[in-house]
Parts: sequence; C-alpha cells; structure tokens
Amino acid sequence: MRYIEPHGHMVSRTTDDYQAMAMAGCQAVSEPAFWAGFDRRSVNGFYDYFCQLTQHEPRRAALFGLPHYTWLCINPKESEDIKLADEVLAIIPEFMDSPNVLGIGEIGLNKNSRNELIVLEKHIDLAARNDQLILVHTPHLEDKRKGTRLILDALKSDGRIKPERCIIDHVEEHTVAMVLDAGFWAGMTLYPETKCTSNRAIDILELYGNERIWMNSACDWGISVPLAVPRAAQEMKRRGSDPGQIDKVIYQNPIEFMSQSPRFIVPGER
Amino acid sequence: MADRKNILNLYFLDARARLIDIAAFMDRVDRADGGDDFRFDAFRAALKALESAQPDRAEKVLLAFSDPTDEPIPEATTKAACGAWPGADNA
Repeated sequence: MRYIEPHGHMVSRTTDDYQAMAMAGCQAVSEPAFWAGFDRRSVNGFYDYFCQLTQHEPRRAALFGLPHYTWLCINPKESEDIKLADEVLAIIPEFMDSPNVLGIGEIGLNKNSRNELIVLEKHIDLAARNDQLILVHTPHLEDKRKGTRLILDALKSDGRIKPERCIIDHVEEHTVAMVLDAGFWAGMTLYPETKCTSNRAIDILELYGNERIWMNSACDWGISVPLAVPRAAQEMKRRGSDPGQIDKVIYQNPIEFMSQSPRFIVPGER
Repeated sequence: MADRKNILNLYFLDARARLIDIAAFMDRVDRADGGDDFRFDAFRAALKALESAQPDRAEKVLLAFSDPTDEPIPEATTKAACGAWPGADNA
C-alpha cells in the first residue's frame, strides 16, 4: 500500500508517528497551518511557527524518508482579532517562496462570525494575488453546514478563484454534495468522534464517486489517529474495493491536486 | 452495488453494539439529576431521522444538529462547538 497524508499537523506528533506512517506506506505529508490549541499573543508567535513549518519540520520528516509540504495562514480560530490577522497576513509572503509551501491554508471559518469571514476574504485575496492553491477548513459539528455555505459563497464571489485549485476539507454527508457540485475538491477527515469515521467516508465514496476527493487523518494534538488513512484503505479492501480504486483515493488524488503547485514533486520522481 | 448480506455480515454486530450504547447513554441521562438540555433535545430530534425510509439518514441526523441560519454571527465568543445548535437566542 502507498498513500499520501494530505492533512497532518505533524508538529504536534512524535517521531514514532512519523516512523509508523512511513512503515504503513506513506510517501509524503502535507501540513496546513492551524491553531496551536491556545491563542498566540503576537505576530512573532506566527513567525516562529512559519519557520517551524518551512524549515524545521521538513528536516524532521526527512529523517523518515518523507517529503514534507506545508500551507500558511492564520487559522480561523484566531481570526476574531482583525489587527493580529492583518499582521500575520503581512508576513506570509516572506515565507511563500519556501520550497515546501503549496499554498494558503487551512483557512476558513470556525464559529461563522463576521470577523472570521473578513479574514477569510483577505486570505482568498492573498492566494489569488499570488496564484496559490487553497486548502479550506470547514467548521465543526453544528456550525459546519452554515460555514461551508458561507465559505463557498466567499470563494465563488471572487472571480479570480478557480474551484479546481481549492480543496474544501472536513466534508461530511450534509456538505459533500454542495462542495463537489460547485467544482471544488473535497477532503474527508477521519476522526473517531467529531468528523467522518472510515465507514462513513467509504459510504461517501460509494455515493459520490472518487473524483476530486481525498481522505486525511488531520492528526494533531487532539483525539486523532495518524494512521487513519491506511486504516480506511484496509476497510475499503475489506468491503471489496478494487485495489486501483483505493490507490486512486489515497495516493493518486492527492498527487493530482497538489501537483497543481510546481513545488510538489511526485514521489519517486527527480 | 454492494451485497446486502455481506454488508450485514461486516457491520451488523458493530451497529448493534452502538445502538445498545445509545440506549444506555439515554438511560444514563434520564437517571442523572438536572433539567432539560438543548443537546439532549437535539439528540432526541435526530433519532427521528432514523425512521426515514430513504437512505439519507446520516445526512438527516447531521442536519438535525446543525445551525439552520445563513447569516454570520456578530462575534465569536467561544472557539468550541458543542455538537448541537443551541438556538438563535443562545448561539
């Protein structure tokens, strides 16, 4: 089995996790910027975090033979403070030319507030001006349906944004259709409690097909499983999925999306 | 198209165990002291989606817990979601 982990917050994981992922067939990891579990008090905290994502973490992943890619932003959980968000947005271009940066993410909404929406629109503008891919976080639980609609409206209202260059992550049964129907990519996050289980993700694949869709573990500092993607692949096999279809969802699809960035190198090439 | 017997062979015991867990959870809540809670009200409402004859029960359950409004809220006063919409007056 080979797979790509397209959404893992590896700065929160141990080297044992890297080793287990490599042994399970992981070929590359992609790490969006996110909330640290506490609010950073100044732009300097983000500066250090972006250094970690673009300099330190790629070296740590390389120890296990894994190419490491990243995405930059201020997470919607910290977007209520517009002044701080503006300061963070101002330093992102300094890191945008780092060789492992694939785009802007994970941007989006958390509680669907007015300020979160303003900061989301500023990120969309930053991505559009710099021709960057976009990775979107959709809100949790009761806020997901409304937030996903607001996010799609914000993306669609900017004429510079191409849906095929945006992935809308954390879709579930009540949001996947609106994402795919609008031409965007969809990500399914495999969480034990708060997002998709493996079985539900496989149901969604059976219902909506395997084009423009991927699965990720979004492993972070919370309850999450770094090997969720290979476990889901094993469940697909148990359910009778064709090996080629499994490979498409967990390996070829992430490559297809991320290869839209010239910085992404297909594993085994070059 | 998946074979129904195969699906039941794979998942019946797991689903049965989860269903008993839900029943035990509801019994546990009923045994506990305290008043009404919007989360449990939403839970009971979501259970009705299981009676649907259409194969879209998972979507209906998710929608039963969801904020049905469309406008951004004035300000985020918390970061966490609790799993059920508390209503416009308490959101």
